[in-house]
Amino acid sequence: MLKVNDIDVYYGNIQALKGLSLEVNEGEIVTLIGANGAGKSTLLKTLSGLLKPKRGSIEYLGSAIDGKAAQSIVKAGISHVPEGRRVFANMTVEENLELGAYLRKDREGIKKDMEHVYELFPRLFERHKQLSGTLSGGEQQMLAMGRALMAKPKLILMDEPSMGLAPLMVKNIFNIIEMVNKEGVTVLLVEQNANMALSVAHRAYVLETGKIVLSGSAKELQESDEVKAAYLGGL
Amino acid sequence: MKKSKVFWGYAIIALVLYAVVQTLISFGMVNTHYQNMLITMCINVMLAVSLHLVIGVTGQFSIGHAGFLAVGAYISAICTMKLGMPFSMAILAGAVVAMLAGLLVGIPSLRLRGDYLAIATLGFAEIIRIVFLNIDYVGGAAGMQVTHQSTWTYAFVGTAITILIISNFTNSRHGRACIAIREDEIAADAMGINTTYYKVAAFAVGSFFAGVAGAIYAHNFYIIQPTAFGFLKSFDILILVVLGGLGSLSGAVLAAIFLTFVSTYLQAFPETRMIIYSLVLILVMLYRPTGLLGTKEITDLFKFRKKGGTKV
Ligand SMILES: Nc1ncnc2c1ncn2[C@@H]1O[C@H](COP(=O)(O)OP(=O)(O)OP(=O)(O)O)[C@@H](O)[C@H]1O
Ligand SMILES: [Mg+2]
Repeated sequence: MLKVNDIDVYYGNIQALKGLSLEVNEGEIVTLIGANGAGKSTLLKTLSGLLKPKRGSIEYLGSAIDGKAAQSIVKAGISHVPEGRRVFANMTVEENLELGAYLRKDREGIKKDMEHVYELFPRLFERHKQLSGTLSGGEQQMLAMGRALMAKPKLILMDEPSMGLAPLMVKNIFNIIEMVNKEGVTVLLVEQNANMALSVAHRAYVLETGKIVLSGSAKELQESDEVKAAYLGGL
Repeated sequence: MKKSKVFWGYAIIALVLYAVVQTLISFGMVNTHYQNMLITMCINVMLAVSLHLVIGVTGQFSIGHAGFLAVGAYISAICTMKLGMPFSMAILAGAVVAMLAGLLVGIPSLRLRGDYLAIATLGFAEIIRIVFLNIDYVGGAAGMQVTHQSTWTYAFVGTAITILIISNFTNSRHGRACIAIREDEIAADAMGINTTYYKVAAFAVGSFFAGVAGAIYAHNFYIIQPTAFGFLKSFDILILVVLGGLGSLSGAVLAAIFLTFVSTYLQAFPETRMIIYSLVLILVMLYRPTGLLGTKEITDLFKFRKKGGTKV
């Protein structure tokens, strides 16, 4: 479904991704783990068109999307849950969700998807008239995910959805990720919480200073000594 | 259906207001001093509302609005005084050229954010002023003579159109996109909103109406001089928007009306004028740090009363 081929991405003179390649197949949950500053968010921003690769190619459903504008990428069915939630604070929950469907024109479909998001996150429905800046961190994360789902994505990119959440809420969020995946949405999940991420993912990549250093099925990586030592906090 | 009801409500209030004042003027019950104040009030409302679109709605901290006021003033004055065009055409020409100037300034500078954007727009406004200062065709530093053609009718119609178009824009899908940019530009980008397009569009529309205000301003004072369009004027406009509450159109309107009153009545005391004016600002900011209305609109206050609900 998604094929990233040997991309270099720079911020000015700083090279953040160095010849990175990876692949995501339809229906999978693929997780990308790596230390702070490894380039995980950079990759997601590049995939969603917020950054342009200097070299290499990105292929999505058979056509090249590298260098395309964010609008056309969202339209093609890739939606991005950015790091740190970034909800529109002075808008209500409902207005946030409506903006998630900004590029869509099918009113009926939008309405149905909004109901579906409310089913997934009953908490959001209870608070649909509340200003989203006043939601708790966990609720904001739900809103960020719900907003991304409103674009009706085929592929959803999630950047550290568990950041700053209490363990119970983390579990809840990961359950929802699995649910969304079962409904047919492919997931590329960036996580610090490697334990949780590997337990829901089918496959995984390990990123270090802009390069993929390990990849394999989530099971394999969970059992690999390097991953255990570096990311799972134990031997 | 409900929306059109609200619209006709406003339309009727506006017409009544216009008719009452116009009748008073026709019967000679409003002297030129007060007529001038009313026109100035309309000019300030137009400036406040147009800058509100850029700062309050779209969140782009532009502080060079006086530059576009100057373009509208000079271009319209050239049209009437040098080219002999009718006033209404001159207003339109001033507004269109101000909008083009807005595009010219906006496209390069709206890539910048926060303080950098503020400095860039301030710089551009000064450049515009200095250009007029150095063109002898428009009188240079001495200024340009302009006949008095602004009337309550022109000022009122200009203001009504400004408010109508900007409030419609804000409540449309496009307005939502602009508000999303104000709230979080990166997230707006990620939703597929063309952020550059909307920032430039808001800037251009804002400049257009500053141009309308400029045309009416130019034809209200017999003379226009570059000194009237310096950065102090830009700050005056900025104050209206901040005082009204960033993000509130009705707040901007109220602030413009209120401060026009204050500064007109203080004209009698030139020595203390600036002190009292500043004191008023400080007091408002101390007691209402989010501005008179915050991000709410006047209508929200009524809704709150009726239904007891939060923001709709
Ligand atoms: N806007 C920017 N300008 C310059 N350098 C940047 C920018 N954003 C990120 N970087 C640099 O690029 C590298 C990768 O950053 P990135 O945000 O992708 O890391 P990450 O893997 O997501 O880390 P974290 O887990 O902390 O979120 C870092 O060295 C970072 O300092
Ligand atoms: Mg990151």
